[in-house]
Amino acid sequence: MTGFTFTIDGVEVAAKDGQTIMEAADAAGIYIPRLCDHEGLRHQGACRVCTVKAGGRSVAACTQPAAPDQAVENETPHVTKLRRDLVEMLFHEGNHLCPICEASGNCELQAMAYRLDMTQPTRFPYLEPCRPLDASHPDIALDTNRCITCGRCIRASEEVDGKGVFGYVGRGIHRRVAVNGADLADTNAAITDFAISKEVCPVGCIIRKGEGFAIPIGEREFDKGLIGHEIEEKKRD
Amino acid sequence: MTELRKARIATASLAGCFGCHMAILDIDERLIELMKLVEVDRSPLTDIKRFTRRCDIGIIEGGCANEENVHVLRDFRRNCDVLIAIGQCAIMGGLPAMRNAIMHSDAPLRECLEEAFLTGRYIRNTTHQVPNDPALPLLLDEVYPCSEVVEIDYNIPGCAPSGDIIYETLAGLLAGKFSGFERHRIRFD
Repeated sequence: MTGFTFTIDGVEVAAKDGQTIMEAADAAGIYIPRLCDHEGLRHQGACRVCTVKAGGRSVAACTQPAAPDQAVENETPHVTKLRRDLVEMLFHEGNHLCPICEASGNCELQAMAYRLDMTQPTRFPYLEPCRPLDASHPDIALDTNRCITCGRCIRASEEVDGKGVFGYVGRGIHRRVAVNGADLADTNAAITDFAISKEVCPVGCIIRKGEGFAIPIGEREFDKGLIGHEIEEKKRD
Repeated sequence: MTELRKARIATASLAGCFGCHMAILDIDERLIELMKLVEVDRSPLTDIKRFTRRCDIGIIEGGCANEENVHVLRDFRRNCDVLIAIGQCAIMGGLPAMRNAIMHSDAPLRECLEEAFLTGRYIRNTTHQVPNDPALPLLLDEVYPCSEVVEIDYNIPGCAPSGDIIYETLAGLLAGKFSGFERHRIRFD
């Protein structure tokens, strides 16, 4: 496999043929914020939080192949503002009440807000949609108020579990993640599924019953460091 | 020559749990340093019910759930140079805002009151009525963040914010040096 180099914010990065901008950046220890992308799952380019500027255009770093000698802008004030606006709109679109959410501290949406310096999601009106809660399954609950339709559970269930428990329904702003049945108990979802594991749902929508507060607030994943610090530490080593 | 005077601070708790006021006390012994710089006017901490004079900083905990909250908030905006929303309830509605989006409900406020006073399984309400005394402030249709009612100058996030972040923000504002929060200090929980 041949390789080439391109730059991210002026830093030279090595890439292999076929690698996306994000894959090359991850390997080089440069963190590009992302919500819908997850290691081991197909890239989707849905959330656009990984938007970078390449060749003067806004592209999703998780799906855009890296190109030789390309100059990519990642952490410029302009790109950071675009990302912060996107994350802010996600907060306005659903019902994201961090103080009552058991995922608080482990939530990637919340951690992304911290990383992008969002202290006041108050520029847009809150949509406050009425969305259902599905607690039918004995081991799993779904609180769709918190869903950001990233589709990670859909891909995990299809590609890793081979089940297809979740899927998209509707279009545009009405697009939602739904289960393949009347409710979750009606599907073949199991607590052992990869799609149900803690790492797949970035927010607090897929809830593993009985585990919520095993780790107290203040000692959780993103209390230890900003989201993406593992990738950035690779660079320092 | 004008003498240097202490900055005047006022605080209020609207639709909140008083947790943010407790967090203000978490400033601990640094309160002694802070009190050298400020005096507290209208506040539950002093039990002063009305503004005695114009204040430099107003600190608001909690969002607006009823007409009295709106009245107090507007009073603070009129009487304070700088208004700070402290905690998630003041910033985005917080826990009381849960009543804004009750599942499958077209009238979430009515459903909330009925469950709280009439139909809830563990309710013992001998009047079988939702409280309607004219002395009670009228509830708003929804719980509103403070920023939807008046202009807010600064937001201190957290539920509740740590004593450290409150102290640093206040100390920074009093010294005229406040320029936002460090990323790793921002918390919504």
